Amino acid sequence: MLPLLETEAPGITAELILQQVANGVAKGSVYALIAVGYTMVYGVLQLINFAHGEVYMLGAYFSYYPAKWFGYVPETGEKPKVPLYLIGALFVGSMAACAAVGMLIERLAYRPLRNSSRLAALITAIGVSLFLQNAGQMVFGADPKGFPVFMDQESVPLGPIELANTKLVIIVVAAIMMTGLHLFVQRTKPGAAMRACSFDMRTARLMGVNVDRTVAMTFALGSAMAAVGGVLVAMDQPRLTPLMGLMMGLKAFIAAVLGGIGSIPGAALGGLVLGVAESVVGTWSTTYAEAVAFIVLILVLLVKPSGLLGKSGREKV
Amino acid sequence: MAEPILEMKDINVYYGAIHALKGISLTVNPGEVVTLIGANGAGKTTTLATICGLMRSKTGSLRYAGEDIANAATHRLVAKGLVMAPEGRGIFPNLTVEENLLLGAYARADKEGIQKDLRHGYEIFPRLAERKKQRGGTLSGGEQQMLAIARSLMSRPKLLLLDEPSLGLAPLIVQTIFETVDTVNKEGVTILLVEQNARIALKHSNRAYVIESGEISTEGNSADLLTDPRVKAAYLGEG
Repeated sequence: MLPLLETEAPGITAELILQQVANGVAKGSVYALIAVGYTMVYGVLQLINFAHGEVYMLGAYFSYYPAKWFGYVPETGEKPKVPLYLIGALFVGSMAACAAVGMLIERLAYRPLRNSSRLAALITAIGVSLFLQNAGQMVFGADPKGFPVFMDQESVPLGPIELANTKLVIIVVAAIMMTGLHLFVQRTKPGAAMRACSFDMRTARLMGVNVDRTVAMTFALGSAMAAVGGVLVAMDQPRLTPLMGLMMGLKAFIAAVLGGIGSIPGAALGGLVLGVAESVVGTWSTTYAEAVAFIVLILVLLVKPSGLLGKSGREKV
Repeated sequence: MAEPILEMKDINVYYGAIHALKGISLTVNPGEVVTLIGANGAGKTTTLATICGLMRSKTGSLRYAGEDIANAATHRLVAKGLVMAPEGRGIFPNLTVEENLLLGAYARADKEGIQKDLRHGYEIFPRLAERKKQRGGTLSGGEQQMLAIARSLMSRPKLLLLDEPSLGLAPLIVQTIFETVDTVNKEGVTILLVEQNARIALKHSNRAYVIESGEISTEGNSADLLTDPRVKAAYLGEG
């Protein structure tokens, strides 16, 4: 036994593990929300949009400023009751703003490179990511911002365990959004266009699909999902920094790879598995919890590079 | 004669430094089946790709139904009835036969018309009706080609471009495919057909162009070309 593990974890019980699994589901739900953005863009363009973590960061900030008007800061003692529709508007506003940012990134940075090598687009993605991190520090300031409170954190008992109400909200909202996205892609006409583009862009074009518009829509959808993640996390852990997207983006990317990049259900599964794994390892050592994602990435790439739900040898003409 | 539905004049297309089409001119009149025959790499597929906006010509003019389409986007041409069934069929392997067909109607909004055309497509290709819930990737080559044609018909083409429909198919299946080409043409769809299988293409068309190294070398009525000694020697394996 490592001494580190013994000192940090005195009494580990089944309840504690179960508790950590529940926390992990909440964490994983956020990973899943962000991972779908990576997976959809990859599915359509075979591009890893490394700027996606920054879109999540922007999602949090876009809700921070309007939230200051009607949320409250705990120290002041005032507690205005925030109506639900305002919280809803906060989400919608942030989603719309992020969707616009996502489309703008695609239009300005990626579309001009659509026919160049994938490496060029990948390097550009890293450049956009760095640009947004630094622009964020300039515009929002490098100091952490405390997100206004909408609901006081309370514990909700769930059988042998209990879960913070904010984490329950994360799980429920993420589940609704993911289901909605899945239905959109599988059941609607624009969704069919997206799937057609991901199979074979040239043929999709010959079917009358407006490829440019479909790609823009893919970015908009993924960015809106990341915005939801940003607002949810800001409500649960009210501390925003312009660099918050870096680690979150990496982990969501790993979740997408774990689930099978290109697959939306895969991104959901990958996010949940990664969140739970991190949380459970965190029972013994929070130090090692941060490493779990990267160990998972290495293992996936070694053992099953196509991921849990990914199809190997997808048809690409 | 009525105004041509398609008119290409002096089309030059390059792949980087390679001069693929060297001043191609051709005309398709409404109601015709016109075939473009030639060897591998002669520029047949490039010609079709240029017509439907996937490639651009540096010179000349390209007109469809009286309209300049030299710079038109592919998806807009599809909405206007200029549709291509691509070489290699371009079936979406993970979608069902019916989903593939409905994607063909992507540019349309008239739900009832789409359902009607879907039923009509199943009438022309009963095999597809039997397999409508099957995934596209599980079909045989011939069935995939039928699906590709049926899917193009779903967008209500006025001019249908067929790229090598006989490619990789057994002779009996090729016969069936070309019979449906006749059927489709009788229903009023003008067809521009690209083929390596010159004999069957000439038998099922009104007029023909022969393309060699990016240039039109011969043109004429298909019946005449079938008996033309040069064509016989070069493309029909006779003489």
